[in-house]
Amino acid sequence: MYVAVKGGEQAIENAHTWLAEERRGDVTVPELSVAQIREQMALAVNRVMAEGSLFDPDLAALAIKQSRGDLIEAIFLIRAYRTTLPRFGVSAPIDTETMACDRRISATFKDVPGGQILGPTFDYTHRLIDFKLAADGEVDAVPERPADHTTMPRVADFLNREGLIEEAPQVDTEPRDLTREPLEMPADRALRLQALARADEGFTLSLAYSTQRGYARNHAFVGELRIGTVDVQMDIPELGFAIDIGEITVTECESVNQFTGSKTEPPQFTRGYGLVFGQTERKAISMALVDRAMRWEELGEDNVGAPVQDAEFVLYHADNIQATGFLEHIKLPHYVDFQSELELVRKLRRDVHRAQSQEAAE
Amino acid sequence: MEEQTAPRQDRQAWMGLLAKAGQGQAAQLLDAAVTRPAFTWLRPPELGSVMVRGRASGTGAPFNLGEMTVTRCALRLDCGTVGHAYIQGRNKADAEAAAITDALMQTEQASAVREQVLNPLEQARSAAKGSRAAKAAATKVDFFTLVRGDD
Amino acid sequence: MQVETLGGGFSDPALQSAAAFRGVMEAMARPGTLQSVRGATPPAPLSAAAGAVLLTLCDTETPLHLTQGFDTPDLRSWIAFHTGAPIVGPSHCQFALGHWDDLMPLSNYQVGTSEYPDRSATLIVEMPDLKQSGATLKGPGIKSQASLSLPCITPFQNNAALFPLGVDFIFTCGETLAALPRTTEVF
Repeated sequence: MYVAVKGGEQAIENAHTWLAEERRGDVTVPELSVAQIREQMALAVNRVMAEGSLFDPDLAALAIKQSRGDLIEAIFLIRAYRTTLPRFGVSAPIDTETMACDRRISATFKDVPGGQILGPTFDYTHRLIDFKLAADGEVDAVPERPADHTTMPRVADFLNREGLIEEAPQVDTEPRDLTREPLEMPADRALRLQALARADEGFTLSLAYSTQRGYARNHAFVGELRIGTVDVQMDIPELGFAIDIGEITVTECESVNQFTGSKTEPPQFTRGYGLVFGQTERKAISMALVDRAMRWEELGEDNVGAPVQDAEFVLYHADNIQATGFLEHIKLPHYVDFQSELELVRKLRRDVHRAQSQEAAE
Repeated sequence: MEEQTAPRQDRQAWMGLLAKAGQGQAAQLLDAAVTRPAFTWLRPPELGSVMVRGRASGTGAPFNLGEMTVTRCALRLDCGTVGHAYIQGRNKADAEAAAITDALMQTEQASAVREQVLNPLEQARSAAKGSRAAKAAATKVDFFTLVRGDD
Repeated sequence: MQVETLGGGFSDPALQSAAAFRGVMEAMARPGTLQSVRGATPPAPLSAAAGAVLLTLCDTETPLHLTQGFDTPDLRSWIAFHTGAPIVGPSHCQFALGHWDDLMPLSNYQVGTSEYPDRSATLIVEMPDLKQSGATLKGPGIKSQASLSLPCITPFQNNAALFPLGVDFIFTCGETLAALPRTTEVF
């Protein structure tokens, strides 16, 4: 129950002023610029873009600054800003096969055409704190090697040649859009992928981990993981042709899962898919595993009752802005709700007390 | 129609190049190359978004991945030539410079603009891409066999 | 000429589209009233009022149906540049534009679903004239009764009978518009 009350304006204003001061911190320490955050906190920026569902590194960096590094608060700011933008249109589906890859690895085939390209990865670092970074930020010259400019074929295509993996034939159905209509069950794969692409990284990671540990057993391999830039192309109605309207960094993960077959499908490998804005490797792999697990029904697998197989549970709880909005609202004044509960508990206690004294008297 | 004065593919290429140029780059090159012509707005610069789509498993059914910010505008030079711009990000000045460049590319000044605005943009872009590709290539794994069990 | 079709939009989009939106909203809220809507100068044969309605309500996510007479290259270019609305057939449109006879029958259009009655078409009807006389209107937004020069009566009665489903109407003539939501009873 909600009852309008007044008061607290001055307290709120003062709290905001103090927040601004706290955000700035010690003024003898130089202030962070948005460009510094964009360049040096790039993976935080990427997460905010992915879950804010808006590719704009400068804006994400500003949101991180405003939110004092609280990434969910920053994502909230991006989501709110996003709603103020008129939508000019919809892009053609990006072609990840033409990606200019910074990183491209396969855990299933050693000798993939195009090779295993590690890119700027944390893998193989020793996870030891580097105290040198506290002193200076000097970097060594990065080695270069002539690149062969052939596009990198998808790893799944190799398995496909033997017919050992399910195909993903091109279809051009118009996908539903979460930002335009409320989520409705059953959600088709396109809608699930949109929800997962902007889902909370922690939630997605934990669900993916649960599938690895045996909840909806799905032994997944990373068939391919690639990070790099792709062009975004859109039809411009007033021109009558399509142009590139920009270039974005994305992370793509294709998981390969063993599949023993069903009534309709022969034993083969099946696929899970992850595609996320920015360099967001953990999220993309998690997304692929969760996507695969949620496909149990179309593949004719058993529902073993694992949380990740419950699309309604996953999709209704994956959005951290919805979650935090509902969670955090309970700290706001609920004086009247609570008053009624208080009355009720007092009354119940009185009743119990009366019954007890009556019993004692008898 | 405009397509007759500037072949479509060529125009697609330069509009795409302008869309992906770094902040302030096109404006700076344009001002160094020409005096900006007078124009009237057909559509003043506006910020908006475009929904970016992907395909399931890269090749299957399309889905909505998320949006990106885009700035667009359209203008008409006094000679009647129309310039359009759709560029990535939120920058009205860059959109204006891109639309002026697009218009000038359909006039007699095309070769000067190509040489002094588009070519440098193209070079900067391919240099940046080339450098990243070379760094990536240096992280390519060369496998070698330690022991081969022949016995 | 493409240049012609690139002009004729709002010169001050923020204020003019807000004013036009207010006009459409008033007309829908008070069926039978006439509202003046200015600011658009679309290519012939589109009226200024219908032009302003398109500029205000249509964008890339609102499929539009053009009936014959309005499906001209100039008008298509104008709509493409100023709104980006995709041009579609009547069964998929959110807005349809034309003269009354060309828009018929109403069964061509989406009337919404019981869960989402708003997923229905709005017909923008270009009228030879528009007066507060003729058919009698009753219902929400009308104090006792109102009158409007509707082109006929029966289709509007049938449409109102579908409530909460049905289509809605905006009538335009010159710089004037009126509206008839599905809630209005017509006699």
